Amino acid sequence: MFKNIMLAYDGSKHALRAAEKAAFLAENTEGASITIVYVVDSATSKEDVLHFASKEVINETRRKRLKTVEDLLEEKGVSYKHEILHGEAPEQIVGFANSQEFDLVVVGSRGLNGLQEMVLGSVSHKVAKRVKSPVMIIK
Amino acid sequence: MSSKVNLIKEEWFGNVRGDVLAGIVVALALIPEAIAFSIIAGVDPMVGLYASFCIAVVIAFVGGRPGMISAATGAMALLMVTLVADHGLQYLFAATILTGVLQILFGVLKLSRFMKFIPRSVMIGFVNALAILIFMAQLDQFIDATWVMYTMVAGALAIIYLLPRVTKAVPSPLVAIVVITVIAIMTNSGVKTVGDMGAITSALPAFFIPNVPLNLETLQIIFPYALALSIVGLLESLLTANIVDDMTDTASDKNKESRGQGIANIIAGCFGGMAGCAMIGQSVINVKSGGRGRLSTLVAGVFLLFLILVLGNIVVQIPMAALVGVMIMVSIGTFDWSSVKGLAKTPVTDSIVMVTTTLTTVITHDLSKGVFAGIILSAIFFVAKISKVHVTSRIEGDQKIYSVTGQVFFASVDELIAAFDYNDEHKEVVIDFTQAQIWDDSGVAALDKIVLKLRANDVHVRLTGLNPPSSKLIDRLAVHRKPGAKLSGH
Repeated sequence: MFKNIMLAYDGSKHALRAAEKAAFLAENTEGASITIVYVVDSATSKEDVLHFASKEVINETRRKRLKTVEDLLEEKGVSYKHEILHGEAPEQIVGFANSQEFDLVVVGSRGLNGLQEMVLGSVSHKVAKRVKSPVMIIK
Repeated sequence: MSSKVNLIKEEWFGNVRGDVLAGIVVALALIPEAIAFSIIAGVDPMVGLYASFCIAVVIAFVGGRPGMISAATGAMALLMVTLVADHGLQYLFAATILTGVLQILFGVLKLSRFMKFIPRSVMIGFVNALAILIFMAQLDQFIDATWVMYTMVAGALAIIYLLPRVTKAVPSPLVAIVVITVIAIMTNSGVKTVGDMGAITSALPAFFIPNVPLNLETLQIIFPYALALSIVGLLESLLTANIVDDMTDTASDKNKESRGQGIANIIAGCFGGMAGCAMIGQSVINVKSGGRGRLSTLVAGVFLLFLILVLGNIVVQIPMAALVGVMIMVSIGTFDWSSVKGLAKTPVTDSIVMVTTTLTTVITHDLSKGVFAGIILSAIFFVAKISKVHVTSRIEGDQKIYSVTGQVFFASVDELIAAFDYNDEHKEVVIDFTQAQIWDDSGVAALDKIVLKLRANDVHVRLTGLNPPSSKLIDRLAVHRKPGAKLSGH
C-alpha cells in the first residue's frame, strides 16, 4: 500500500486537488503519512524578498501558504510533515523524491504559472519522467 | 584560526565544477548587458565591459555574498547619463572612485542596518521604475528605424523566450545575439551596430588616475552623482544579496558587501570603468547554473575579459536590434509583475507610495529621487495613520474619567486637546493614560495645556496610568507640576 506519500505543493488549485487525493489515499491506509514538499524557486525568492524583506516575515508567509493543505490534512486526521526546498521546482522535487523512500509521489497536472510552463515545459511531466517511485498526476 | 581557513577554502573551492561552469555562463550573459548599459550611459562599450571585468574580479575577493554577480548595471548607468553628457568621461571615472569611497564609508559605519527603514513599497517602486527606464532607453533605438530593425528585435525576443524550451545549456540571450548578428552580416542589412555607438578595443584595461582638476569645483560636480550612485548601488546590491541568501538558504555579511562594492568601484574607476553594483538577473542566472562560491564570480570576470580580447572585432558587428531585444527581456524580468497583480489586495497607501516612487523616478530619470520621494511619502502616511488618538470619558461618582488611547506626539496633539470638555461641572477629573504613550515635547505641552485649562476652571486634575517613559518625559518637561503654573498667552 501507499504508506509513505510525498505531495508536491505550490499553492495552486491543481496542487490542492492533488492534496485532496493524497489525503484520501492516506486516510484509508493504516499508518500512512504525507510529506508536503514546497519549492521556493528563484522567481518566488525574488518576489518574497522584495515584498517582505525580513527573513522572519518571509518564513511566516511561506508557512501560511502551506496552511490550507495542512488544515485539510489535519481535518482528515492524516499525519504529515512539510519540507521547504530552495531551487527550481522540477529538479528539487525529483531530487528530494529520489533521495527518500517514497511509496508514491502525488503532483497536480499544472502549477501556478501558466506562462512559465509554456516556456519551460510542465513540472508534472518532468516529475513523472524522472522520479523512481510511482507518480500520480491529478488532473 | 583554522576554522577561518576552512571557511575561505569552502567559499572558494567548495564547488569548483559548478562555479566554473556557472561563471562561464554568466560571462557570456554579461557581454550584451555590459554593452547595452554603456550605451544607456552614453559611453563607449569598453567602459561597461572594463567595469564589469574589474567589479566582478574584485568583488570575488572582497564581497560579502559569495556567488553574487556584480558588474556594470542599468540602475547605475541611468544615474550617470547627465554627468557624462555635461562633463565627459573623466568626470565619470572620478565620480566612480568617489562612489566607491562613499560605499566603503557606508560599510565601515555599518549603515546597512538602516535598510530596514526603507519601506517595501518603495523598493518595489524602485525596481519597477528601473524596469521602465531600461525599457524607455531602448525606444531611442527605434527612431527612424526600418522594418528590418523591428523584425530583428522580434526575432531576438523569440529566441530569448523560446530557446529555453529546447535547451538551457547556453544562455538564450547570447544565442539571440549570435544568430541576429550572423543574419545581419550575411544579409548585409546595414542596420545600426554596436560599432556605430563607439569603439571596442581588444586591450587590457590600464591603470590611470582620472584626468580632472583636483579642486572643490570638481567635487561639487561629482559629489551629487557619487552620492546617488552609492545609495542606489548599495540598495540594489543589498536587495540582491538578500535574494541570493534566500535562494541558497545561506546567510551573508552585508557590511562586508557594502565595503566590497566600494573597493570594486574604486578599482573600476581607476581602470576606465563605470560604477556598478550587484545584478539581480545575473546573480539568479549564476545560482541557477550551479554557481555558489567566490570562484564563480571570479571566473565570470576573467572569462569576460578573455572574450573581450578575443571577440573585440566581432562585438562591433552586433546589431543594436539584438541588444535592444536583450534589454527588453531584462526590463520584463526586472519588473515586479506581482505588484500589479496584487494591486487590489495591497493597502491603498502602499500602492500610492509604490506608484509615486515609480513615477518620480521615471519623470526625473533619477532613481535616488524616486526613493526619497517614496520614503518621505510613506513617512507622512505612517504619521497620519499613527496620529489617531481616541479619548473616551465616563462618570464614576463625582469623578469624570477620560481614557486616552493612542500615540501622543506632534501630529496628534490637536485632536487630543479638542477631545476634552473644559467647562465641565465635574470638579474631579482623572485622565487615564494606560493605553497611551507620550512621545515628545509637543505631547507634554499638550498635556500641560489640558491640565492648566481645566485648572483654570477650578477642576482638580489627576493623571494616571502613565508608563515609565511617558512619566519620565513629563517629569522633565511639564510645567503644570511647577507651582504657579499658568497658561501662556496664546
